[in-house]
Amino acid sequence: MPRHGAKRNGAAAVAGRAARFAFTLGREDQLAARLRLLEGFVGRTEIADCARYALQWLGEALGVSRSICLLKAAAEPALFAVSSYGFPGTTVTSFAVPLEEWGNPLIPTLTARKPVFFPAAHSSADRKHRPTTPFEDSAFYVLPLGPSGFGEEAFGLLLMNGSSAGPSRPEIQWFAALLGQKLDQILRQQALTEGDQKQGRERSLLHSIINAVTDPILLTDTEGRLLIANVRALTLFTATEEESEGRRGAVRMNNMLLSSALSSKAIEETGATRRELLLVNPADGSDLLFELLSTVTDDPRHGTGVVSVLRNVSDLRRASEEIEENNRRLRIAEAQARAESDRLNLIIDSVADPIVVTDAAGATSLMNEPAERLFTLQQRASGLEQRWVQANDAHFSSFIAGMLVSADQRRVGEIGLMDPRTGEAMPVEAIAGKILSEHGELTAVVTILHDRREAIEKANLYEQLKQASDELERKIQAATADIAQQNELLRRQAIELEQASALKSQFLANMSHEFRTPLNAMLGYTSMLLQGVAGAVEPPVRRQLGRIESNGRHLLTIINEILDISRIEAGRMPLQVSRIKVPELIGEVKAELEPIIIRSKLSVVIDVPADMRPVTTDRQKVKQIVLNLLSNALKFTHEGTITISARRHEHARTLTVSVADTGIGIAPADQEKIFEDFRQIDNSPTRAYGGTGLGLSICRRLAQMLDGRIAVQSEMGKGSTFTLTLPIKGRR
Amino acid sequence: MKSKADRPRVLLVDDYPDAREMYSEYLQFSGFDVVEAANGVEALQRAIEDAPDIILMDLSLPVMDGWEATRRLKLDARTADIPVVALTGHALAGISEGARKAGCDAFVTKPCLPEELVKEIRKTLDRSASTAKRSRRSGKYEKTIG
Repeated sequence: MPRHGAKRNGAAAVAGRAARFAFTLGREDQLAARLRLLEGFVGRTEIADCARYALQWLGEALGVSRSICLLKAAAEPALFAVSSYGFPGTTVTSFAVPLEEWGNPLIPTLTARKPVFFPAAHSSADRKHRPTTPFEDSAFYVLPLGPSGFGEEAFGLLLMNGSSAGPSRPEIQWFAALLGQKLDQILRQQALTEGDQKQGRERSLLHSIINAVTDPILLTDTEGRLLIANVRALTLFTATEEESEGRRGAVRMNNMLLSSALSSKAIEETGATRRELLLVNPADGSDLLFELLSTVTDDPRHGTGVVSVLRNVSDLRRASEEIEENNRRLRIAEAQARAESDRLNLIIDSVADPIVVTDAAGATSLMNEPAERLFTLQQRASGLEQRWVQANDAHFSSFIAGMLVSADQRRVGEIGLMDPRTGEAMPVEAIAGKILSEHGELTAVVTILHDRREAIEKANLYEQLKQASDELERKIQAATADIAQQNELLRRQAIELEQASALKSQFLANMSHEFRTPLNAMLGYTSMLLQGVAGAVEPPVRRQLGRIESNGRHLLTIINEILDISRIEAGRMPLQVSRIKVPELIGEVKAELEPIIIRSKLSVVIDVPADMRPVTTDRQKVKQIVLNLLSNALKFTHEGTITISARRHEHARTLTVSVADTGIGIAPADQEKIFEDFRQIDNSPTRAYGGTGLGLSICRRLAQMLDGRIAVQSEMGKGSTFTLTLPIKGRR
Repeated sequence: MKSKADRPRVLLVDDYPDAREMYSEYLQFSGFDVVEAANGVEALQRAIEDAPDIILMDLSLPVMDGWEATRRLKLDARTADIPVVALTGHALAGISEGARKAGCDAFVTKPCLPEELVKEIRKTLDRSASTAKRSRRSGKYEKTIG
């Protein structure tokens, strides 16, 4: 088969030698058998499969009844049986020859230049020079298996039974060479495949490793072009067309920054060095600070490259800044704490109340200045002072002991201390509070003592004040009761007065009656004497009787006027209102006083319109008033005229009756006094004018009863005008 | 002394003897026949027994006062026509009114001079006489108010 032989170098050589075997062993059969072996090898890539097939062909085509193929193992320095032929069961599978067994006769056969025959053993001496094989004592021969027959390092052995002539057979040698080539081919193929796979695995492992590194890693060539980059580096330095302009800009910027950092000049100057590199985070545009570690690698096959590792130090920078900031804060806090502590001390010292801090054992750990005065001995303290301080200390200790054993968080109590400076009793209110640690352990007791003396004094003062206030209140109540009593008394007195007044009026009425009766007799008899009832009366006697009569009349007038006033005051002078004719009334008045008028030689003029319409009022009272006024005018006028005039004033609904004289007049200062009771301006016993002095007083009272008034206008020496003003229609 | 017809008889009732005596003396001096009584009961008795032409009655009297006596006189047919002139020392309002209500024909306030009293008595007698004539003519009694 020239075509087949031309294709495979080994096969061509075998074919050449096979031609020689075919000549000796039946040419046609030999050729077909050899072709069958070659065809069988095609497509077999497994060592064991190939060997099994080859040994089977050896038995069938060349009549070798038993054979074994041994090959060097890759993992161990030993020859293992990979296939056998003509042996029962598993007798051969465990057959192995360690390569370190230098005494084993099979080992040298690996390097033998020709087949080695081991004749059958018949004695123990024979067995001494032959290896232990599955052939046992039978004769067998050994051929090395290698890539190109003898002469090269064999990788296996082929053991076959047979006579000593067997190894010299050319077809056997062809077979061995062919099998050696075939197995070598398979082995090479296998080795190649395994190597490729291993290299691939290592590469992917390497990729995983560099991708697992959180720092960006990249390999660049001397021009700064990116050769290899891990995922971290790719996000910083690569961008696709689809990504945003901002991101692409950031990537461009990063590439520029990296290129300049990695420029050959920079690397040459610094070698494998660390520099800081500020990049832009394409994801959000924030600054990222990296530490750049670049190393120049010199690979003879791929040329010079730069391996760069970027370590993100942004966080580190931030962390260090934070640490700095924390330190700063700590310093401030310390300063504040110190200031706070100073302030606290200042406050404690400035508190006027004693403050004592006691530890958990009851020992005093801190006290302010006021507390020291109470509980510590001062220099040059007297014995008495010492005792007081000790007593204070004992009292306080007892209080604190009570506080320590109790479960209360706070305790308020009173302690009877002494002021060591004065020896004065000093009751204090003690307010103690426990200070607990985070774990609830008692660390200290703070006690504030408050001097109660002032409060007690205040309470005393308050008590005194309260007593005074109560006293005052009692006095006020008493005074109020007194006033009520007085009021009651006054009320009773008022009633009594009213009764007395009524009694007085009654008394006066009775008195006047009792006066009148004898006066009546006196006047009557006087009158009779004057009339000469008892005989003629001599002129001197008549004059004396006249005096008796005039004085009796005066007394009568006084009695009548007193009676009038008492009647008015007692309300016993009822109004008797009727329609009266004023001109007629004035005529009557004039008529009544006619004897006096004649005697006085004065002219009395009546000026009243004759057609004056009647007015409604009490006739008798008006008459009494006018009578009185005219009587007065006659009394106080020596010469001239008396004018009685009356007018109705329709607009004012009033009536005025006035009596004007040309008499002595009344001084302005006296014009009001004349209306008072028993009042004449000349009040002397020898006064020139008679009268009781009650006339005008009665007139004014009567006018008031009639809702009217009396007024006077007068001028000394010129005369007076008395005017009575009354409502036209008086009330009933 | 004048006859009874010439000398009108006056019954003078007053408990005050001096006043009674004074008026009595002056009335007799003035031409009257005078009968005296010191209280109301006595006055009623005298009025019936002595049939005076006019009675001068003080109001404040013991035993029976003047108002009561006047009322009885006016209720008694025998004495009803005798005019009564009330005489009182009380000048309080309402007294004269009470006297009129009791039946007095005239009212005189003490102190009253004897001559004033005589004037009043004459006036009352004249009025009484004309009234008596009129009432006899008309057959009707007409009360006169002072």
